[in-house]
Amino acid sequence: MFMKMLVSSLIRRRSRMLAALCAIAIGATVLLGMAAISYDIPRQMGREFRSYGANMVLVASGEDALLKLEDSDRAAEVIPEKSLVGMTPYRYEIVRINMQGYTAAGTDFDQARRTSPYWNVSGAWPKEENDILIGSDIAEFTRLAPGSAINITGRASDGARFRRDMTVSGIVRTGSVEDEFIFMRLDTLDALMGNSGVAEVVEVSIAADEDELNALAAAISNHAPGVSPRLVKRVTQSETTVLSKLQSLVFLVSLIVLVLTMICVATTMMTVVMERRKEIGLKKAIGADNRSIAAEFLGEGMLLGVMGGILGTVLGYFFAQAVSMNVFGRGVILDWRLMPATVLVSVAVTVAACLWPVKRAADVEPALVLRGE
Amino acid sequence: MNILELKNVSMIYGQVKALYDVSLSVEQGEWLAIMGPSGSGKTTMMNIIGCMDRPTNGSVILDGEELSRLSPAELTAIRRDKIGLIFQQFHLISYLTALENVMVAQYYHSMIDEGEALLAMERVGLKERAKHLPRQLSGGEQQRVCIARALINYPRLILADEPTGNLDETNEHIVMEILRKLHNGGSTIIVVTHDPEVAVEADRTVFLEHGRISNVVRKNDVPDAVKAKDMQLSSAR
Ligand SMILES: Nc1ncnc2c1ncn2[C@@H]1O[C@H](COP(=O)(O)OP(=O)(O)OP(=O)(O)O)[C@@H](O)[C@H]1O
Ligand SMILES: [Mg+2]
Repeated sequence: MFMKMLVSSLIRRRSRMLAALCAIAIGATVLLGMAAISYDIPRQMGREFRSYGANMVLVASGEDALLKLEDSDRAAEVIPEKSLVGMTPYRYEIVRINMQGYTAAGTDFDQARRTSPYWNVSGAWPKEENDILIGSDIAEFTRLAPGSAINITGRASDGARFRRDMTVSGIVRTGSVEDEFIFMRLDTLDALMGNSGVAEVVEVSIAADEDELNALAAAISNHAPGVSPRLVKRVTQSETTVLSKLQSLVFLVSLIVLVLTMICVATTMMTVVMERRKEIGLKKAIGADNRSIAAEFLGEGMLLGVMGGILGTVLGYFFAQAVSMNVFGRGVILDWRLMPATVLVSVAVTVAACLWPVKRAADVEPALVLRGE
Repeated sequence: MNILELKNVSMIYGQVKALYDVSLSVEQGEWLAIMGPSGSGKTTMMNIIGCMDRPTNGSVILDGEELSRLSPAELTAIRRDKIGLIFQQFHLISYLTALENVMVAQYYHSMIDEGEALLAMERVGLKERAKHLPRQLSGGEQQRVCIARALINYPRLILADEPTGNLDETNEHIVMEILRKLHNGGSTIIVVTHDPEVAVEADRTVFLEHGRISNVVRKNDVPDAVKAKDMQLSSAR
């Protein structure tokens, strides 16, 4: 009978309950959305920040100008595999196109895409041995476009001249010195120069906070003495502060949403109690005690909380996805534990919001039913 | 034996003496009518007898219990166990069916018993309308549901405030017929009414005026004019 009364009351008095349900569902939606995003922000923003470039560069220690790649491989052994985002070697040499000298950089394009995700390439990234990327400044100056064939000349390490036909696969724009470089595969450049195993710098992108990075730098110096690691300080510092600020902002917004939901539910329940004074009085007149009345209203509140919470969880998932897509440009990964937590919080908030109205309901005088108010 | 006894009962709201120094005894099985002009204190008296209000002064003894000594929770228990209420406005719960409205009283009383509730519906002639919502029923039908609900827990005392006030003549007769049957079955009934035709059925009629009992008339003393009218009506039926 209790359930029948609850369900009938909810179903047959749809409009009022829909208002309360909406409030709860919207509250839960925003709550789950916020929680999901704030949970996911470190991951999202971590990546976002890393897209501003490497947060560590490796150069040769001591007097040597060139870093031996075997040393940088040793350094890599120290970095935990799962926090290593990318590790890109750069070897720089002078080459000529139509007698004009340019800096050619030999690199690993797969890694470069990870450590320099902000590179804006029009055309395609190089795939074949003789594909190259040219900086946008060079492209402007030489009027080369993706697909253009060019002829590259220069001197190898032993002084011998070389010459090779290559294809411009794309044009890279970085807004920085790279716009004046020519990029080719490291093995291609090695072949032209006639030696291999060296680079000027190795850029490393690591998912770690500042302390971890410092610890890693120390470990690298120890483990690979030929390598001198340097942190790119500015980015790593702001990463942590911005993250914590963002999270506290999200927390604040969630709190406000919770309070608003509570006020909304409390007012709706209050109106419901007011509207149903007659019914409450009648129930008391025919013998309902305060506990039954309170249980009925709390039960209704709880049912609303569960339904609103579930509805809100579903909507909140899409909400979080939409926000994440808009703000970060990629989907959110939802921790499944947030779902039951949202439903629980919805129920708790609804029940809390019902306490005062329920007390008012229990205070209704049965005498009012005989008086034709 | 008296089922109800009011001794010097007063109910004073600020300046308004809604009831003043009223004493009254009601016997087991008696049918009592209360009449009086609007504002004379009839509803106030019903609320006190029905354990829904406490008098400012005086004592009420219902079925051997002194009400003023009881806590609100105990008064609730008395309402639940001993009193059946019939209202002018019916007061059915709008989102429950007729049958469920009857079962609500069972639910608060002890436990629900659909078969018995259906039987009660049958007794007021509404078995086929059991699954209808109140708004799908006419006023007279709603009143009969209200009566079925009032009777479902076998109350010692049936209180009806203007039970026919919102009904047309046909429905009034149906309701009166039910009350008559209850009376014949031994129930104690107290009914507030403006309608002399209703009052005439009662064993005794108490007249209230300005919160005081101004007159008491026994059935056999009912003025001839009223009696004659009643005779006409019953022969016409
Ligand atoms: N809660 C209250 N507060 C103040 N005055 C009240 C209250 N309840 C009733 N009264 C007053 O008490 C008096 C008696 O009211 P009551 O409702 O008992 O009259 P009644 O005989 O039932 O009238 P009616 O025939 O119109 O229903 C009236 O003057 C009314 O205004
Ligand atoms: Mg009245």
